[in-house]
Amino acid sequence: MTPGEGKGGAGKPVPPGARSEAATGPGLDLSRDALLARLAQTGYVADPQLAMAITLMRQLQRPLLLEGDAGVGKTEVAKSLAAATGARLIRLQCYEGLDAHTVVYEWNYQHQLLAIKIREGEKISAAEKESHIFEEAYLLRRPLLEAISQDDPPVLLVDEIDRADEEFEAYLLEVLSDFQISIPELGTIRAVSIPSVILTSNATRELSDALRRRCLYHYVDYPTEDKELRIVSARMPGIEPSLAGQIVRFVQAVRREDLRKKPGIAETLDWAAALVGLGVGDLRDDPQALQHSLLCLLKTREDTQAMPLEVMERLVGKAV
Amino acid sequence: MSRVLAYPAAPQPVARRLLGFVRLLRDNGFAVGIREGEDALALADGIDLSRPHALRRGLRALLCSCRADWRRFDDLFDAFWRRRGVKRAARVAGDAGRRRMGPPRDGAADGPPGQPDRVDRGAGGDPADGHGRHQGASAAETLAVTDLRHIVDPEDLARVNALTERLAARMRYRLTRRTRVHARGRRIDLRNTIHRSIRHGGTPLDLAFRRRRQRPLRLVVILDVSGSMSLYSTFFVRFIRGVIDNFREADAFVFHTRLVPIGAVLRDRNLERAVERMALMAAGWSGGTRIGESLATFNRHHAAGVLNRRTVVMIVSDGYDTGPPERLGEQLRLVKRRARRVVWLNPMIGWQDYQPVAAGMQAALPHIDLFAPAHNLASLAALEPYLAKL
Repeated sequence: MTPGEGKGGAGKPVPPGARSEAATGPGLDLSRDALLARLAQTGYVADPQLAMAITLMRQLQRPLLLEGDAGVGKTEVAKSLAAATGARLIRLQCYEGLDAHTVVYEWNYQHQLLAIKIREGEKISAAEKESHIFEEAYLLRRPLLEAISQDDPPVLLVDEIDRADEEFEAYLLEVLSDFQISIPELGTIRAVSIPSVILTSNATRELSDALRRRCLYHYVDYPTEDKELRIVSARMPGIEPSLAGQIVRFVQAVRREDLRKKPGIAETLDWAAALVGLGVGDLRDDPQALQHSLLCLLKTREDTQAMPLEVMERLVGKAV
Repeated sequence: MSRVLAYPAAPQPVARRLLGFVRLLRDNGFAVGIREGEDALALADGIDLSRPHALRRGLRALLCSCRADWRRFDDLFDAFWRRRGVKRAARVAGDAGRRRMGPPRDGAADGPPGQPDRVDRGAGGDPADGHGRHQGASAAETLAVTDLRHIVDPEDLARVNALTERLAARMRYRLTRRTRVHARGRRIDLRNTIHRSIRHGGTPLDLAFRRRRQRPLRLVVILDVSGSMSLYSTFFVRFIRGVIDNFREADAFVFHTRLVPIGAVLRDRNLERAVERMALMAAGWSGGTRIGESLATFNRHHAAGVLNRRTVVMIVSDGYDTGPPERLGEQLRLVKRRARRVVWLNPMIGWQDYQPVAAGMQAALPHIDLFAPAHNLASLAALEPYLAKL
């Protein structure tokens, strides 16, 4: 892409053969090890399997579907990838009732109305007026259109795809396989660069087989003790190693309890930050305060009741 | 790494082995097609095959498409690529332990092929056996009020199925917040109004509206197939199948002492085979009915995926629980909290002098929106208006 091609550069047809060329942006030729190192620099501790999935996603230009419980760091993958490769992150949060106009494009009606009024006195034909108000200046780009009209390939995060309707899922599938979008008033807009697409799902709805087949797949599990410790150290460089170890072992033990909502990594980090803020240096210091601080980890009433002081002290005993 | 993978210079055998592996995955229920096979070849081309885990990781990312695949992949990979390497056998055995960590449903879903052919408890649906004794009880005009235990005639069964379909069709839609363009409606659709105003030189003469769109209701049926319910089980299996056929979003589970998801089985086009597969899944358990435990399994592993605010949960059971009643009440409360309605169908309500005195039933009652009989067609037809209103 030469600079100065204009904002977004959308609307300029790119021949299909140019696709792979278009995809070579900064950081796309990273080896898996280099990718792991870059991710680690941004504070994301990835395993080799994830590095492989990301590499394949960029090589094969296919979306990557991340599944796993809430709070295990699915969204973080996209954020860190964007940070690690210097790409722009474009986020599309899904919800029930999401439709194409919210995610692809919308016309700026207020501006269009004003333009019509301003030109009322001018002696030009209706057809000219129409072609004028359907110019790109009046086009509001929503995430999907935005993602395919970037000069440098961005990271497109489609968050919680399972919350969107099946109809939207089918539409998304179409866009993601052709990387082109039709706007009746403007024509077909082809992708200037192919974005790295990351989809996340909490499995509140079963996704269609078509989408699953189209995507690469990675299941994000709760981290092992060792990995979680590395995450805590990476995210909170100032924390005492002994306290970090206690925290991680305690959370790992809490996850083995029969809880409604297991704490994720986000909760571990919250809790660690809370304990550091409270000046706790050792989990055995102040059981009362410790129990109160558990509100960072346990998010339902049942779970709080399932963790009385005795149970907590037993887990602390094992963790230190 | 196994010797097979150490052939970077001879792509032909590797390619054949790779396609064999893709075929193995397909036989094991992975959603992989020709396209995935090609991608796998391209992947093997681009990967340094001397790096031991690169191929495994690459293929896993490429060929898995759900959590169950993800968990089984390692075992299948080892079985295929390392089968001939005797030295590697210990490693395979070690990996098997990790699979245990999965929820019990995995084991249950894998059940059918390995299950012995024991259907003797009449747990699932063996039509001929369970009902032969009640032959000849019904005349056509009294069909609707005949206890379902006594319906055995194929024609009557066909009518039952027809009613089921009508029931399902009625329940299919309910309002949602999603809107679509409509000639009349409450909210103005600015997008289309502006578009239409262009032909009037910018004056919005022609208004477009949006109206709420209808979304289908989702139904989840949880069916008791224990001994005390066995006379009704066959019928309800057909009923559930009718429901699953007609609802775009429906799922079903059976329980006994364990909970087993049967939605996928019931989508089998062949009814006989579906009933048989289900009978195999349900067979071989004993030791009473554990409703509370089964609901706990449901809440822990399935509820997040199948329940939402459009879901009606229909539990079909006589409420005789061998577990503690508090457990049932507690678990049902959790179901109730996530679903739109909880309907409990109890065939025994239709019996003379029945009172819901079973301790489990007592504990469950506060959390039930509709407690209804389900012993004959008339009682099921009475459900129709209730569900159509939702």
